[in-house]
Amino acid sequence: MTDIQAQSQTIQAPIYRGFLATIGIEIHVQLNTLSKIFCSDATTFNSGDNENVSPLTAGMPGTLPVLNEKVVEYSVKTGMALNCEIRKKSIFARKNYFYPDLPKGYQISQYEEPICEHGYIYIKLDDKVKKISITRAHMEEDAGKSNHSGEFTLLNYNRAGIPLLEIVSGPDMSSPKEAAEYAKTIRQIVRYLNVCDGNLEEGSLRCDCNVSVRKVGQEKLGTKVELKNINSFRFVEKAIEYEIERQIDLVERNEKIVQETRLYDPDKNRTFSMRTKEDAQDYRYFPDPDLLPVIISESYIEAIRKTLPELPTQRMSRLQADHKLPEYDAAVLTAEKEIADYYDEVAKFCGNYKAASNWIMTDVMREINSDPSKLSGFIITPAMLGELIKMIDSQQISGKIAKQVFAEMLLLKKSPSEIVKEKGLTQITDTGALEKVVDEVLAANQNSVEEYKKGKTKLLGFFVGAIMKATKGQANPDLVNELLKRKLS
Amino acid sequence: MEIEKASLKELSSAIKTKKISCFELANIFLKRIHEVNSILNAYIHVNEDVLNQAKQLDQNNNEKTNSKERLLFGIPLGIKDMLCTKGIPTTAASKILQNFIPPYDATVVKKIKDHGGLLLGKLNLDEFAMGSSNETSYFGVCKNPWDLTRVAGGSSGGSAAAQAAHLAAATIGTDTGGSIRQPAGFCNVVGLKPTYGRVSRFGIVAYASSLDQAGPMTNSVEDAAVMLEVISGQDPLDSTSSEKPVEKFSDNLARDLKGIKIGIIKEFHSDKIDPEVTKTFNLALENAKKLGAEIIEISIPMIEHSIPIYYLIASSEASSNLARYDGVKYGYRSEFKDLSSIDLDKFYSQTRSEGFGDEVKRRIMLGTYCLSSGYFDAYYKKACQVRRLLKNQFDEQFKSCDVILSPVTTSPAFKIGERIDDPLTMYLNDIFTVATNLAGLPGMSLPYGFSKNNLPIGVQLMAAPFQEKKMLDVANALEMTTNASKQMVTLS
Amino acid sequence: MIDKKIINNIAKLSRIELDEVHAVQYAKDLSRVLEYFNQISNINTNHIEPMTTPLDQEKVLRKDVVNNIYTPEEMLANAPAKAGNLFKVPPVV
Repeated sequence: MTDIQAQSQTIQAPIYRGFLATIGIEIHVQLNTLSKIFCSDATTFNSGDNENVSPLTAGMPGTLPVLNEKVVEYSVKTGMALNCEIRKKSIFARKNYFYPDLPKGYQISQYEEPICEHGYIYIKLDDKVKKISITRAHMEEDAGKSNHSGEFTLLNYNRAGIPLLEIVSGPDMSSPKEAAEYAKTIRQIVRYLNVCDGNLEEGSLRCDCNVSVRKVGQEKLGTKVELKNINSFRFVEKAIEYEIERQIDLVERNEKIVQETRLYDPDKNRTFSMRTKEDAQDYRYFPDPDLLPVIISESYIEAIRKTLPELPTQRMSRLQADHKLPEYDAAVLTAEKEIADYYDEVAKFCGNYKAASNWIMTDVMREINSDPSKLSGFIITPAMLGELIKMIDSQQISGKIAKQVFAEMLLLKKSPSEIVKEKGLTQITDTGALEKVVDEVLAANQNSVEEYKKGKTKLLGFFVGAIMKATKGQANPDLVNELLKRKLS
Repeated sequence: MEIEKASLKELSSAIKTKKISCFELANIFLKRIHEVNSILNAYIHVNEDVLNQAKQLDQNNNEKTNSKERLLFGIPLGIKDMLCTKGIPTTAASKILQNFIPPYDATVVKKIKDHGGLLLGKLNLDEFAMGSSNETSYFGVCKNPWDLTRVAGGSSGGSAAAQAAHLAAATIGTDTGGSIRQPAGFCNVVGLKPTYGRVSRFGIVAYASSLDQAGPMTNSVEDAAVMLEVISGQDPLDSTSSEKPVEKFSDNLARDLKGIKIGIIKEFHSDKIDPEVTKTFNLALENAKKLGAEIIEISIPMIEHSIPIYYLIASSEASSNLARYDGVKYGYRSEFKDLSSIDLDKFYSQTRSEGFGDEVKRRIMLGTYCLSSGYFDAYYKKACQVRRLLKNQFDEQFKSCDVILSPVTTSPAFKIGERIDDPLTMYLNDIFTVATNLAGLPGMSLPYGFSKNNLPIGVQLMAAPFQEKKMLDVANALEMTTNASKQMVTLS
Repeated sequence: MIDKKIINNIAKLSRIELDEVHAVQYAKDLSRVLEYFNQISNINTNHIEPMTTPLDQEKVLRKDVVNNIYTPEEMLANAPAKAGNLFKVPPVV
């Protein structure tokens, strides 16, 4: 049992005007394979129009799907991280409907026998932990992109056939905050696994939320409404907030909630109807005869298990237990995989965990504008920052000088030792040399020395400051204190 | 050398030893096509460029290029228009694919080209291979060379008629429920449907994915074996192609049937079979015995349900496979005066209604119904369950026999127009052929006689999965007991 | 029995337009065919796994390798209508 489970405690479901909300989320995770799920077209995001399109992607006659092995690997990996059971035999099915972004007239997906089922994750909210069930996760292909340009719709099939893992939660969330936190946690997990870049703007992660409300005390769930294709966590929260209020308004006015799909408009902060269940599709799912069942052996599962990286909750626990970091630090550092990786390297290099944490949470975060993707090209490598911390710890430089060195490192792209050497910033730890400076300072401030001796001991700070100024901050503060006390006594 | 009577091996050797050039051979076939195709309507697209391609081969006809392994070097072939051919129109005989030019070759076509084969053109068929008479073709019916008032059969009617009339050295057909074997029987040619998975389906316009297979239509059993060697094998572009090794099917074909057990299916005895068909079948049985075969009666009770299972499954798969023909990416799109004011559903349904013929629409709707909510279990799922029962019964019976012999059709070729308005009667024609597709077995049709009206009558062999070699051995021995396939058709 | 309501629903799902005459004809054809096909409803298929492919073989997988061999121009060469390298259809908002 991990620490996070030990803390598990029930979060009280919030009550909205006498109502409870029930929320379930489907997240489409774009798997970051090089090629598509069923053919060798590239998956690059910024390609020219229909550049990543082969006859299979364009749905031309006679073309046949052949499954990308990485898609299976990534799906199994994700399933394990979501504590799912991995099916020994899973089946691809065709979901039949007509839409221009769907070149074959059907989407290859999984229906009755998905690859992952019956999992769960923990989410954390205000120091409390809640378990959210994962109903299933299944492999499928993405559709193309429609550009609506006034008179016509134009189609680009570059995205058609990009592998998706659709992760379906149980209806376990009861507030917009929980829903957003759940989505964030899923993103964090798939990024840690390196199966998805988690880029919401490019649509690498898309959320559909099912929302219903019911009066407190009522057992039966209310009619559920689906909010589709929300592409930011803030909008997940906002859209659900709006939707809960809208549904309560309807119930209070004795109006019926229609089972439908709605879209969220972030500009107007409201949801609007896309289609109702009345003209819902009959998808006519059936097993795809072009693809054989996916058989997964025990040995394959074990092999994948060995490649599983440390997941966010495990990592956070380790930083708290082994590195003795405060919970706050551990949470900030592990929120994004890049930051956690950076921290771990710095920590390994210098061995001073709290110092590593402090430098990263303040100075590094400021320099990268809290954008973890900037870490990969960041001038100050973990080794450089580690070296800097080591120099402080070994008293080669003071903490104050270190800040100056950090700034110079960014500017000059050089290691801290080089900068300290070039600029002559090494701390003065030679007692003889420092004694001379102390004597000079005391001699120049005889009045103050008198006052100090009379009992105005607060003046010690003044002397320290004067000595530091005289040594351009390079004097070892401990040594300065020691010398002053000796000379003034 | 009589080109019409020459085997593929003889033609190949004549070309490699330069007794005849690729150009001369291609020209002979092309001239015949120009002479008689207008009578038969077998080819729906003729590749006039074949002569240039033949010339190029002639320039490159040397020991390096014409190795023994290239079984079809310089040999001109016809391809059913169900297979995609790079740069050559591919229509599946449907208006909805008019003007479609694939930028890729079907794997079967690619293999033929790799072996040095030349394409004479694309052959007529029932629209999307949905039919048993070639009458549903958008390009009109293909006539039977033995009697121009009768159908060539279907769906590979063009392939069978072209082969019978010597408009190609060999042709390729496809078989979903008998589409190679039935027209082969009607036109007096050998037609072979391989085991499901033996031949790649990549580039073959899909009708029913779990049933479709391409196969050869030839003058002789040996030619069919050669062609099967060429087109078989696992294909990285088709997940359902088998990893089973490809044998040298044409080597040492058997000349007797000693030790062979031939099963005959009890449930196939019926008074609905034309007496001349029964007579021919019985003759084949007698001759098999004379060659040393042991005949045993077997029972496959589920075979009586094979027509419903076949049409339920094939239509269901087809309804999905044909959804891609929507006027968006390629093929036919209805004329819309102002595209910007057209409702999307109208756009689709008008295009598809104009693009598909009646039989195709009938099967799409049948399949849509079978898969739709509330009917899935009763039709599609049920049919798939009975299909397994049928396959299990075949598996069981193949423990006690090597091959199964049966008629291939209930009657010789019927008159054009005779059955087109009665779908159910048309469906029931396929009783002898659909079971092999459902069970995934190899099957073949062998010319074995003629009716009083001089109409060809064939017999059918079936074998256990991947037992094509055994099936061809039996066919070869049986072929020697008849001169049916040596009968030449004369076109007035 | 396929009545007019069912046939129109199937036609809608199939994106096929049917006029009155054809709707009646197809309903009749399909009813007759299905009536004959109903013979399989009496077969006991309890616990029988549906057979969706005749092939007894494990999955075939491909390596995650990119091979972009077609140009957008080739892919749009057969398009009934296009704008630049995009396929053009009626507005679908």
